Amino acid sequence: MEPIKPTGCCGADAELHQVTGEEKQNEPSEQNEQGEQKKQKIKRVAWGIFGIALWFVLYKQLLPFSHWFAYSLLGLTPGSHLGEAVQFFVYDTPKVMMLLLLIVFTVGILRSFFTPEKTRSLLAGKREITGNVMAAGLGIVTPFCSCSAVPLFIGFVQAGVPLGVTLSFLIAAPMVNEVALVLLYGLLGWKVAGLYLVTGLAVAIVSGWIIGRFNMESSIEDWVREIRAGEQLDMDTQLTWTDRIEQGKEAVRDIVGKVWPYVIAGIGVGATIHGYVPEDFMAAVMGKDAWWSVPGAVLVGIPMYSNAAGIVPIVEALLGKGAALGTVLAFMMSVIALSLPEIVILRKVLKPKLIGVFIAVVGGGILLTGFLFNLII
Amino acid sequence: MNIKICGPGCKKCEQATEAVREAVAEAGLEAEIEKISDFAEMAKLGVLSTPAVIIDGQVKCVGKAPSKKEILSWIV
Repeated sequence: MEPIKPTGCCGADAELHQVTGEEKQNEPSEQNEQGEQKKQKIKRVAWGIFGIALWFVLYKQLLPFSHWFAYSLLGLTPGSHLGEAVQFFVYDTPKVMMLLLLIVFTVGILRSFFTPEKTRSLLAGKREITGNVMAAGLGIVTPFCSCSAVPLFIGFVQAGVPLGVTLSFLIAAPMVNEVALVLLYGLLGWKVAGLYLVTGLAVAIVSGWIIGRFNMESSIEDWVREIRAGEQLDMDTQLTWTDRIEQGKEAVRDIVGKVWPYVIAGIGVGATIHGYVPEDFMAAVMGKDAWWSVPGAVLVGIPMYSNAAGIVPIVEALLGKGAALGTVLAFMMSVIALSLPEIVILRKVLKPKLIGVFIAVVGGGILLTGFLFNLII
Repeated sequence: MNIKICGPGCKKCEQATEAVREAVAEAGLEAEIEKISDFAEMAKLGVLSTPAVIIDGQVKCVGKAPSKKEILSWIV
């Protein structure tokens, strides 16, 4: 056991508990198998440490490598348009991909501890404010695909999760996600990523809370309210660490496999702009002084639908060329969190009046965020 | 045997259906495979996230497309 402890990570601790649990149940004749399991676990932790170390070593080499590649190998002049563009592309692409791999894998494992069923029972009967905060937070870590929005909504409402709390969950889930955060961090730095995380959660919490204040339960479609609660599913699946790591890998295959073309295309666009387009190109249209650009960005953003991966490179390009941060954040949020397809899905369970309130409140929250950041930064 | 697959018809639901078909064929079983895309019906079954696979009234998995191997372990 000793070699496991020093890592101090909660994963290894959980594994320790699990081992002791198994030991108690095991027959003495299974001692050998137990030893095998222990060995396997030590091996896995060792591989984990090795993997993370290797990741960091590689990550640190990316910047020097990109300089060497652009300025020595290709012989481009530092400071020239083409040189800058090439160096930027060769640095950013592997950087963002490596960050994505690490974070998506970690979040994949984290998500194996959560299910929509567990989240529902955590939220059922919670008071509003606390419930809204929890719902927004759980929205980040609960695995759920957007086509499950309707069954999830029905299930939450049936279990007595307040309407506003349910909506906080449904707003936060697509808006604040690991891919958006990694891309923002990788391309724009931790401050922008942090701001996005905090404001995204705030919009989800406050919008849900406000909608809850309106007491609009009667504007849920009648057929939803008429459904007699189905039996609570008790999926008592005991996941082993092998399963969880498998789920992490699955998340990487699924998510990174899907978003990598956007990432590369986006960085390509970023690199071109980085090298060629003048610095203040967007300043007149989307700069701080153009107050109308915030509502404009939201209006343009709503009918657009893109996942976080597709939108962040555009955001990067806009910011790099003088667009104001508040305007750009508002644009990004309205594209991701207030998209037409999502509204169409929600329309199945919500009456038009509630849909209207939903758009107005979330849109208003996003507007306010945009103005606020343009004002203070 | 009756196998129900809940899903509105996204890519993952298709995967799940495909895997169930393959598993049933491989096991050489007679099974009635039913696709449920009606949200009200899903809710009655207690399904919160799709795709979900229900075998003879028992929910076997929710929120992911199971592999053929997993399905085989449920039906054989």
